[in-house]
Amino acid sequence: MSSAKQKIQPGFRAESALDYMAPHALRELQLKRLRDVVQRAWENVKHFHDRMDGIGMKPEQLRTLDDVARLPFTVKTDLRDTYPFGLFASPMKEVVRLHASSGTTGKPIVVAYTKTDLEAWTSVMARALAAPGVHEGDIVQNAFGYGLFTGGLGYHYGAERLGATVIPVSGGNTERQIMIMKDFGATVVFSTPTYFLHVIERAQQLGIDMHELPLRIGFFGAEPWTEAMRRHIEEATGIKAFDLYGLSEIIGPGVSVECECQDGLHIFEDHFYAEIIDPDTHEVLPEGAEGELVLTTLTKQAMPMIRYRTRDITCIMPGQCACGRTIRRHRRVGRRSDDMLIIRGVNVFPSQIEAVLLECEGTLPHYQIVLTRERGLDQIEIQVEVTAKVFSDKVGALEGLQKKLADAVEHVLGVRVLVTLVEPSTIQRSEGKAKRVIDRRTS
Amino acid sequence: MKIKQLSVFAENKPGRVVAPCRRLADAGVEIRALSLAETARFGVLRMIVDDPARAAKLLADSGFVVKETEVLAVEVVGGAHALAQTLAAIEGLELNVEYMYAFPFDQDGHAVLIFQFDDLDAAIARMQAAGVKLVARNRLQMV
Repeated sequence: MSSAKQKIQPGFRAESALDYMAPHALRELQLKRLRDVVQRAWENVKHFHDRMDGIGMKPEQLRTLDDVARLPFTVKTDLRDTYPFGLFASPMKEVVRLHASSGTTGKPIVVAYTKTDLEAWTSVMARALAAPGVHEGDIVQNAFGYGLFTGGLGYHYGAERLGATVIPVSGGNTERQIMIMKDFGATVVFSTPTYFLHVIERAQQLGIDMHELPLRIGFFGAEPWTEAMRRHIEEATGIKAFDLYGLSEIIGPGVSVECECQDGLHIFEDHFYAEIIDPDTHEVLPEGAEGELVLTTLTKQAMPMIRYRTRDITCIMPGQCACGRTIRRHRRVGRRSDDMLIIRGVNVFPSQIEAVLLECEGTLPHYQIVLTRERGLDQIEIQVEVTAKVFSDKVGALEGLQKKLADAVEHVLGVRVLVTLVEPSTIQRSEGKAKRVIDRRTS
Repeated sequence: MKIKQLSVFAENKPGRVVAPCRRLADAGVEIRALSLAETARFGVLRMIVDDPARAAKLLADSGFVVKETEVLAVEVVGGAHALAQTLAAIEGLELNVEYMYAFPFDQDGHAVLIFQFDDLDAAIARMQAAGVKLVARNRLQMV
């Protein structure tokens, strides 16, 4: 502990001490909490009890952390099947907050919090925001949507806990957003990466140089984003951009965060137990191996999640971070297993296409992938919004750009694609998250 | 000698040519010439207006992708023979033409040809040497 302490910054907050726990003490705490949470779910959640019965397992069979691998998985459809309150482990009189997912297909999923859960959430969010340096005196512009979505309130309470001044501006109304950022002197911003790109673009149109604003840090999350996107954000604004990961099913934002090293996301392991599994064989993979992130909530009361399959593809990074934190890190989530498109038998992730578009000079990643099927053959069209920067009065130059992008994508994916330039703001954006794929294939 | 031309990106769908023209008309901007270059998937609307700076700002603020570029305007006095003569003179200069379009200039049957060359300065020099009549910017646009 002594070497870690030297790295602790002035103004260090007591709750962040948990980021530096000795690994053996952390494992002990995890095992104790794991037993408690499994017992709690077994006693109170019929769905989980039935699952355990189905495999003939009892909570007392959990003797070591490795025994987690014997527990049944929870998947998103379990939340839909038990809609709305079927997975709650607390009586409603103890539930003080409900949130719900946007639910693009059918019913939303509902999540619940007791007072203790809200305290835990606020505490992990405070630790997350403190990690790369948010502190008292910061003016924080929260552009995440307030409402059923966990983003707005999750960030809000974490920042308030740190004593920062929170502007609960919520998403949308970009010009007002920029005006407030400038006039209130925001030093920190919270946003989806897609929406922030839109803010940058609009600020440029309005002739505002974001380098000259007091803004110094941004936290981005709620959708996968790439290193190329980070570089773009940092270069266009002069801020440091950090990835903050979370999902409503587990707690909302606050599962893990990047510290100032920007080298993987520290998981708040005293609250969340992380495993990486092979999505096909379900085998638990060792540190360093890429697979699907599976999370177990160790302290959740209202809605414990046991081995929740996140569909996010990442790995647990071996070794300790240069920042001195002992809690382990996962690599940034660049893609989700359910984002994967199979086009003419080839596995394609939208993030691969995005990386190519960003590599090609001057193209901002407002794009959409449209899949169709003609005479039994998959066709993929990538619609890219034209910007003033790449636009030309010469048709040949624009056709050349389409071809250059198509060739670059084909080079990476190995699939022939059609790139079409479209007018700005024609591509649908919802709640700050971009709708990237339109699949019109009918089998 | 150089004329300011505005180009607007237009998707191939109904109403995409009307929208920018209506925006300019509503603001009292005069459109002197208009040309649409189209491909299978998109078009580029090129125009010569009386006040290019104001028009460009109006269009950009309305969400259009707009670009200001410089072109040359050649005046043709007389009918079809004069046109053929002028074109022949320009062809003889071995300039690389990117695109061109024409519009009637005034009541006397004069016409103006708008040219985009890959090297405008070289084009000006050779055309002037060959006696081709270039239209000064202040005759078409506010300077």
